[in-house]
Amino acid sequence: MTTAAGTPWEPVIGLEIHVQLATRTKMFCGCELSFGDPPNTHTCPVCLAHPGALPVTNREAVRLGILAGLALGCEVPPTSEFHRKNYFYPDLSKAYQISQYDAPLCVDGHFRALVPGGPELEVGITRAHLEEDAAKLVHVGVGGRRAGAEASGVDFNRGGTPLLEIVTEPDLRSAAEAGAFLRQLRQTLRRLGVSDCNMEEGSLRADANVSVRPAGSSGLGTKAELKNMNSFRFLERGIDAEIVRQIALLEAGETVVQETLHFDPETGAIHSLRSKEEAHDYRYFPEPDLVPMAPDRAWVEVLRAELPELPVERRRRWAAELGLTYEDAEVLSETAELGDYFESVAALADPKAAANWIRGELRAQLREVGREPWESPVTPERLAELIGLREDRTLSEPLAKEVLAEVVRSGASPRAVVEERGLGQISDDGELTALVERLLEENPAQAEQLRGGKDKLVGYFVGQAMKATGGRADPARVGELVRERAGV
Amino acid sequence: MTAEESVRALHAGETAAADLVDAALERVGDDRWGAFLAVDAEAARERARAIDAAPERPPLGGVPIAIKDALSTRDLTTTAGSRILEGFRPLYTATCVERLERAGAVVIGKTNMDEFAMGSSTENSAYQLTRNPWDEARVPGGSSGGSAAAVAAHQAPWALGSDTGGSIRQPAALCGIVGMQPTYGAVSRYGLIAFASSLDQVGPFARTVRDAALLLSQIVGRDEMDSTSLEWPEPIRLPEATELRGLRVGVVDELMGEGVEPGVRAAVDAALGRIEELGGAVERVSLATSEYGVATYYLIAPAECSSNLARFDGIRYGKRFEDATDILEHYELTRGSGFGAEAKRRIMLGTFALASGYYDAYYLRALKVRTLIRRDFAAAFERVDVIVSPTSPTVAFRLGERVQDPLAMYLSDVCTIPSSLAGLPALSIPCGLSQGLPVGLQLVGPAFSENRLLDVAHALEAAIGFDAHPPGIP
Repeated sequence: MTTAAGTPWEPVIGLEIHVQLATRTKMFCGCELSFGDPPNTHTCPVCLAHPGALPVTNREAVRLGILAGLALGCEVPPTSEFHRKNYFYPDLSKAYQISQYDAPLCVDGHFRALVPGGPELEVGITRAHLEEDAAKLVHVGVGGRRAGAEASGVDFNRGGTPLLEIVTEPDLRSAAEAGAFLRQLRQTLRRLGVSDCNMEEGSLRADANVSVRPAGSSGLGTKAELKNMNSFRFLERGIDAEIVRQIALLEAGETVVQETLHFDPETGAIHSLRSKEEAHDYRYFPEPDLVPMAPDRAWVEVLRAELPELPVERRRRWAAELGLTYEDAEVLSETAELGDYFESVAALADPKAAANWIRGELRAQLREVGREPWESPVTPERLAELIGLREDRTLSEPLAKEVLAEVVRSGASPRAVVEERGLGQISDDGELTALVERLLEENPAQAEQLRGGKDKLVGYFVGQAMKATGGRADPARVGELVRERAGV
Repeated sequence: MTAEESVRALHAGETAAADLVDAALERVGDDRWGAFLAVDAEAARERARAIDAAPERPPLGGVPIAIKDALSTRDLTTTAGSRILEGFRPLYTATCVERLERAGAVVIGKTNMDEFAMGSSTENSAYQLTRNPWDEARVPGGSSGGSAAAVAAHQAPWALGSDTGGSIRQPAALCGIVGMQPTYGAVSRYGLIAFASSLDQVGPFARTVRDAALLLSQIVGRDEMDSTSLEWPEPIRLPEATELRGLRVGVVDELMGEGVEPGVRAAVDAALGRIEELGGAVERVSLATSEYGVATYYLIAPAECSSNLARFDGIRYGKRFEDATDILEHYELTRGSGFGAEAKRRIMLGTFALASGYYDAYYLRALKVRTLIRRDFAAAFERVDVIVSPTSPTVAFRLGERVQDPLAMYLSDVCTIPSSLAGLPALSIPCGLSQGLPVGLQLVGPAFSENRLLDVAHALEAAIGFDAHPPGIP
C-alpha cells in the first residue's frame, strides 16, 4: 500500500490509558473499592451525589499518581487543579466528572520503551491526570446491551473509583509498538503498586488515536479515536484494522472523518460511536469544591528518591550485562520478586541457563503445586546447584528434571538427592569404555553393521548403555566411545 | 429572651429546655408569616427532654433554633424550597447543624427559602410565601427569608441561613435583625445544598450581635468533609466593646448614591454619626469595581449552579416521573416540572456562560473581575478597618412587586454582592426605620476579622438602640 506519489503510508498512533489506582478507598469519599460485590453496597452521600455532599481528595491517589508520573519522567507542577466535566448520563451521579483539565498532576514526560531487536522507542508522555470513574450500567434483557434493553440498573460501587489517565504523544508507528509500549507501561505501574492493571476487570483501559500520513511527512492526518480496547490482542488488532481502513479510504480518494470508533473483536469490524459534530461540550470549569493541589516539594523528592529500579531499566541492564534476550527479560521482569529470584540464581550460575530453567521446568513444576519460585523450596542456591550439576554433566536432562521434582517435594539440596539416590551421571571414561566394549561383544550383529557404515546404530548402543546404567551414562560420551571402540 | 439569656437561665436551672422548646413551638404553630416548611414538634420536644434529663447540660443548654431548608437534616425533610426535592429525607445531617446539636441546640424546624437560594424575596419558594413580620404585605427578603422572619417574629431566638450574594444580610436588614456572612471557608458547607459553591457560606441570624457571635462560635472551623473549610485562627468571642476609639471606618461612595432610597441613606448617615460619637473616624472610600459586582455575580453564580443542579435527575432520589419512555425524556420531565422559573433561568444563563466559545468572554472574564474586586477591597483595607454601606438599597418591598422583573430583584443585592465575591466577612445590623420598616447597615471587614467586626457591631448596636420588636409582636 502506497500513496499516490508512491511513498508508503506511515501510521501515527497515540494512546490514552486509564488505570484504576490501587487505593483502598474511592477518589473523593471513604467508600472502599470493590469488585464483584453486590450492587450499591459501597456507596455514600458523596459518591451518590446527595444534596450538599462534597468531595475530598484521596491523598493516596495523589501519591500513586505522582509516583507514576515520576516513573514516566514527568514533571510535577507546583500546583494542579481539578475541573468539572459536565454531561448528563445515568452512570454519572453528579452529572459531572471531577477530572483535571488544563492543570494536570503530571506533565511533559517521556518513556523509553524496549523494542525486540531494534533501537529503543522514545514515547512522549503529554500528561497524567487524576479523575474519578463513572458507575456501572447493567442492562437487563437482549444480551445485556443498551439498545432495546428492558430496563437498566446503575451500580454505584464503581462510581468514584480513582483513575489515572495517561496521555502519550503520537509517537507510536505501529500496533506492535503500541502493544510493546503498553506492556512495558503496565509492568512499570505494577512494579510501583500504582495499579494491578488488570485489563479484564477494566483496571487498565486503553484508547488509541490513530491517523496515517505519507511516510516522511511531518504533518498529521485526521485522527480517529478507538475506544476502550480491553486486551493487548484487541488493542493491536483494532489498531491494525483501523490503519487498513484509513489507508483504504485515502487510496480511494476519500477522507478520514474525525470520530470515535469501536472495534468489535468478534467480527473485526469497526463502527462509529459518534462524530466530532456530535461531541459533547463538557463545559469544563475549575471545581469550586476543591482547592488547588500543591504537592509538597520535599514529599515529591522523597517519592522520587524511593523509586525502585523499574522493570524496563532492569531489562536494559540484563540485556547489557547478562546478554538476556528480549523475551527472557520480559518474562523474568514480570514481577519484582521473580526478577530478584532470577538475579540471585544468575549470580551463581550461567544466566542463560538460569533463565531457561526458571521460565521452563521450574515454573512448570511449581505451577502444579501452586507456588511461586521465590516462595518455593527451590531457593536460588538450590537451583544454581542443580544447574551446576547439569552443566558439569553429573546429571542428564531427564535426571536433572527428576532431581528438581524431588527438591520441590522435599526441599533437599540437589546434590544430596543425587548422592542419596546414586543418580550421578557416569562420566568416568574407564567405566564407560568397559561398558561399551561389553555391549559391542554382546551384540555382534549390530556391531558388524555399525562397522559396515550404518551410523544410525550408534544411537542403538547409546540406548543400550542408558538402559544398562539406569539413565546415568553420559549419552554424548557414550556415543563418542562407541565410535572409537568400533573404529568408525 | 435572647439566646444568650436562655443559655444562662438553662445553666442556672431557672428554666428547662422543654419549656423553651414548647414556647417556641407554640409560636411556630401560629405561623402566619409562612416562615416554616417543616416542623417535627414531637422530635424537638423529645430532644429537649433528653437534654433536661442528661447529667450534664451541654454548652447551649437546649435553646431552640430554626434551620434554613438548604441545610441537610436527617430527621427532617429537606427541600431547598424546590419541588424537585419534595418530601426528601436526607441520609445525613449537615456538619454545622450537627455541631449545633452536639452543643445542645434543639432544631425546631426548617425554614422557607427561595428555591435553591436563588432570589431576594423568598417568593421563588415552590411551596409558600413568607411575609415580613414588620408588614405582612411585604417580603422578608431572601433567599433565607424564612429564617429571618422566624427570628424577627420571635418564633426562634436565632436561626441558620446561607448567604451567596446577600441571602443572610439582605433578609436580616429587611426584617430588622442581625445577620452575618462569615469569611468564605469559616463554616463547613458539608450538607449545605449548593447554589454557587465558591460563594455559599452558612451564617447566623439573631436579634443581638452577641447572639450572632455565640451561634457563629459554635459552627466555625475546619471540617474534613469540606476541603474549602478553614482551620479557624482564634475562637469567636462574645463581643463586649462599648466604644470605637481608633477605628477607621470607610463609607463606600459607590453604594451611597442613586438607587439608595433617601430613608435608607438617612438611617445609614445617622449610624455613621453614632460611629463618630463612639470615637471612630469615618472617611469615604471607593470600590470602583463594585459597579460590576452584580454582572460578575450573575455569571459566576449561575455557571456554578448550572453544574450543581445537574445532579437533580430524579434517579437516585427526589421527584421522579415514571412515565418517561427513555432517559432523555425522563430528564426533561423531571427537571422540566421539578425546577421553578428562576432556577431554570439561572441554569440556562450558567450553561451558556460555560459553553465552549463563550467561556473566555463570560466566565473567565467574570473570574478576572472578581480578582479586581478582591484587590479593590484589599486596597481599601490598607486605609480603613471596616467598610460600611447600606445592606439593601431599599426597605422591604411589596410581595409581588419585583416578581416580573428579575433585574430589579437582582439589584436588591447590589450592596452585598461585592464582599461575597471577595469572600469577606460581612454582617448587617438594624440601624433604624424608614417608612416604619427596618434599615440594615452592612459592615465588611478583611478575611478572619470576625471578632473585630462583631465588636464594632456590638458597640454600634448599643448606641443605636434599635427595638427588635415588630409592631404587634410581643
